[in-house]
Amino acid sequence: MIQLLRSGDEDAFTRLVEQHHTRLIRFALTFVSNRAAAEDVAQDTWAAVVAGLGRFEGRSSLRTWIFQICANRARTFGGRERRTVPLASDEPTVEATRFNSSGAWSAPPEPWPSVDDRLDAEALAPLVRTAIDQLPEVQRQVVTLRDLEGLSAQEACEVLSISEANQRVLLHRGRARVRSELERGLGPVGG
Amino acid sequence: MIFLTRDLVCQQAVELVTDYLEGKLSWRQRRRFEAHLRGCPNCRAYLEQIRQTITVMGRVEPETLAPQARDDLIDLFRRYRGDRS
Repeated sequence: MIQLLRSGDEDAFTRLVEQHHTRLIRFALTFVSNRAAAEDVAQDTWAAVVAGLGRFEGRSSLRTWIFQICANRARTFGGRERRTVPLASDEPTVEATRFNSSGAWSAPPEPWPSVDDRLDAEALAPLVRTAIDQLPEVQRQVVTLRDLEGLSAQEACEVLSISEANQRVLLHRGRARVRSELERGLGPVGG
Repeated sequence: MIFLTRDLVCQQAVELVTDYLEGKLSWRQRRRFEAHLRGCPNCRAYLEQIRQTITVMGRVEPETLAPQARDDLIDLFRRYRGDRS
C-alpha cells in the first residue's frame, strides 16, 4: 500500500480516503467542539499524510500513523496546546449504592436481551453514540480508538501518547460509563 | 492491591473486568476472578453487559463519505503528485 501511495497511485489513495476519512472526522470530534473544525482537522491530516509519505517508516501500521497525525493536528488546531492527560482516577466505576456494606451487589444488573439481535443493535445505536459523546475527553478518545475503530491497546497508546496502564484505566472507566448509560436507557434498575 | 488470601467481593470484581478482558491479570488474580464469577450470577451478568457494550460500540458505523469531500482529497493527492514530477 505505502509503495503504491508513494508511486502516486490514485486508486490506492482513494481507497485509503474511503476507508478512513469519516472515521478521522469522528475521531477529530473527540478533540474539537464542532463539525467544521473536525472536517478541517481531517483535511489537514490528509495533507500531512500525503506530504509525509516519504517519511513513513512502517514502524507502526499506516492506520495508526494516520490517526496519530490526526491527533496531533487536532491538538494544535487553533493553537491549542496539548493538555496534560489527567491521571486516571481510581474512583469506583459502579455506583457504591449498588452494593451492600460487605461489597456484594444489592441492586445487581438485570440481564439484557441479546444484542446479537439486529433490531436491538439498531435501536441501541443512538443511545451508544450519546453515551460515548458524553464521556470525558480522553476516555472518549480511548474508547473511540479501541472499541469503535478496533485498534489494539498498543496502537491506541501510540496515537494518544499515553502509557499502557493509563490507557487501560481510561478504557475501563469509559466502557463502564457507556454500560451504565445503556442500562439506564434499557430500563430502570430493578424495574 | 488485591489481597491474595481473600475472596473477591463483587465491588472489587467489577473493577477487574477490563484487566481480565485485556488479559492483564496475573494467573493468580485471574483464578480468583474466575472463581468469583463461577459463584456470582450478578457479576457474570455485569461482565456479559460489558461484553455487549463492546459489541454494540463496535457496530457504531462512521457516516458515509460525501462525494465532494472525496473529490477534494483526490485533488489534493493529484497536486502532490504534480508537485513531485
